Amino acid sequence: MTTFLGMPATAPRGVGNLRGEQTFPEAAHEALANSQMRRNLRHATTTIRGKSGKVIAELPDWQALRDAGSAIKADVMSRLPDLLLELEQKVTDAGGVVHWAADANEANAIVTRLVRETGSDRVIKVKSMATQEIGLNEALEEAGIAPVETDLAELIVQLGHDKPSHILVPAIHRNRSEIREIFLREMPGVDPALTDDPPVLAAAARKYLRETFLSTKVAVSGANFAVAETGTLAVVESEGNGRMCLTLPDTLITVMGIEKVVPTWQDLEVFLQLLPRASTGERMNPYTTMWTGVTPGDGPQNFHLILLDNGRSAVLADEVGRSALHCIRCSACLNVCPVYERAGGHSYGSVYPGPIGAVLSPQLTGIEDNASLPYASSLCGACFDACPVKIDIPSLLVHLRDKAPHPRSERAAMAAAAWLMDKPKMYASAQRAAKLARIAGRRGRGLPPPLSGWTAGRDLPEFPSQTFRDWWAAR
Amino acid sequence: MSAARDLVLGRIRTALRDAPVAPDVPRDYRPAGRPASLETLIDRLVDYKAVVHRISEEDIAATVSGLVSGTVVVPPGLPPAWRPAGALQDDGLPQDRIAAADAVLTAAAVAVAETGTIVLDGSPDQGRRIITLLPDVHFCVLRAAQVVAAVPDAIARLEPRRPLTWISGPSATSDIELNRVEGVHGPRHLHVLLLAE
Ligand code: SF4
Repeated sequence: MTTFLGMPATAPRGVGNLRGEQTFPEAAHEALANSQMRRNLRHATTTIRGKSGKVIAELPDWQALRDAGSAIKADVMSRLPDLLLELEQKVTDAGGVVHWAADANEANAIVTRLVRETGSDRVIKVKSMATQEIGLNEALEEAGIAPVETDLAELIVQLGHDKPSHILVPAIHRNRSEIREIFLREMPGVDPALTDDPPVLAAAARKYLRETFLSTKVAVSGANFAVAETGTLAVVESEGNGRMCLTLPDTLITVMGIEKVVPTWQDLEVFLQLLPRASTGERMNPYTTMWTGVTPGDGPQNFHLILLDNGRSAVLADEVGRSALHCIRCSACLNVCPVYERAGGHSYGSVYPGPIGAVLSPQLTGIEDNASLPYASSLCGACFDACPVKIDIPSLLVHLRDKAPHPRSERAAMAAAAWLMDKPKMYASAQRAAKLARIAGRRGRGLPPPLSGWTAGRDLPEFPSQTFRDWWAAR
Repeated sequence: MSAARDLVLGRIRTALRDAPVAPDVPRDYRPAGRPASLETLIDRLVDYKAVVHRISEEDIAATVSGLVSGTVVVPPGLPPAWRPAGALQDDGLPQDRIAAADAVLTAAAVAVAETGTIVLDGSPDQGRRIITLLPDVHFCVLRAAQVVAAVPDAIARLEPRRPLTWISGPSATSDIELNRVEGVHGPRHLHVLLLAE
């Protein structure tokens, strides 16, 4: 039995938010019909892309920073056990308590127990991908503890009984009138004369949350970075809700994926330059909080750090796939991805959407549970160029496609397509046949079998009136 | 608990069976040690709507009093000459008194010109983190000697074991249709009192 103890494992089923109810093509098909979401997303991704490009251009050493960031992350992965032990030691020395969680169930149980021990039936939460991943809110609610999201977008998502659609701007699929309606419906004590002016909406959230911040004794956060050398944790944010959660309560519980550790304090100089510019397109995010264990007389006097595996060991076990763990969750790859821009964040069925989600989610869950995700990309390579830590997402996608179990029909379709494209003459005549088929009224119905498996998940481009080969031959 | 620890460590050790060799970390980016530009700092601060006052040390108290009329919280180690009349010193004030204050006045540890960032490290002239969080206006005194060029300089100067707050602008959100709205939870106004030295 002991032989099996240390085998890498994927995230368990039945808990957390890494698996969608539908495959990507099914979900994307529905999302494509939502023109408002596409408009919002296009506006968001274009705007952030523009801002980000501008501030990145200000740094003459951007590429050198990317190289450093990429190498530091590879270094972290290569000696992860030692770094985690060092982190554990330093956090403990500084008065914190370190817990290890093999998966979502264990992490949720630890948080629930810790909250219960404080006697509180409510926790305030800083936006955290890790706690969304493990479905902590659902677990706490089940235990009779109310989790209150304090990031404005997360609050909109929570009050709207909705799911986040973007890593950075989780409520980007909502517009101001919807947000107003959600607040009027769900926010206790809200002014009924609320308008949909963004400053008015933000002020309503400020008022609603203020009392909660001041009266809640426990907070749950994630972490952007944890420094092994010093035991220092860092959270970057914009609104100040993070500072509220990290400063005001008596007890702070931080849930952190094991890949977030960095070796030295100095390494933060790399990531603090990369992250905000790639992420929000700011030179620096408005607030960054760093803390080491507990500081007597300042901030929470009880600090718990939970180190979470939940499938990361399985990702780490794949020599190619492990670089997905380098991700610092900046969301730059989402903002440049043509597939994400059209399909939207919900289509990926996981808290990790977009290009990084397409490689990370199937590795965390085991590829059988997210087999369609590695196909949710055009392999255009924009995500690789955008990634501040140079994760080669296109290569990872191809690598995972190889491993994914393909449904029979798709396999047949792919085989047929490959066979067809190998044979220039037949390909040319098939193109003409397709043209004929279009003339014969098949337009919009996709390719005839066996190629229909391919077009079921993709829009078939309009065939030109003349094939390239025809045009070439006739000129 | 330690069962989970052994399990997780065992799993990641197994996952690294191939004994990957880490690359040397190339640090060819601009290192710490370049000269800092006050003009750049001011430009960045103004860019995110902080208000910059270039004054001398004697004018701190009057400047603050001229801008807010209500209660100003100060940390216990703030130089007495800086304190506006009637300042409320934080000797472990309860939350509600800090929340009810109109403003806070502190010193700073370091400022980063290239990003317009001010870092507080909890020294006696900066105080507990809570006092710069709840009042709506934060006055922050900065000496030219505390201004460094870029992030690596700040990292080199700071002591990581202190509680650190890096501030780059007043609290802001872009969560509603990407409109930037200042002031969700932190102070809505940041005034930087840059001392002419
Ligand atoms: S994969 Fe790279 S670009 Fe995408 S979120 Fe992660 S760090 Fe950012």
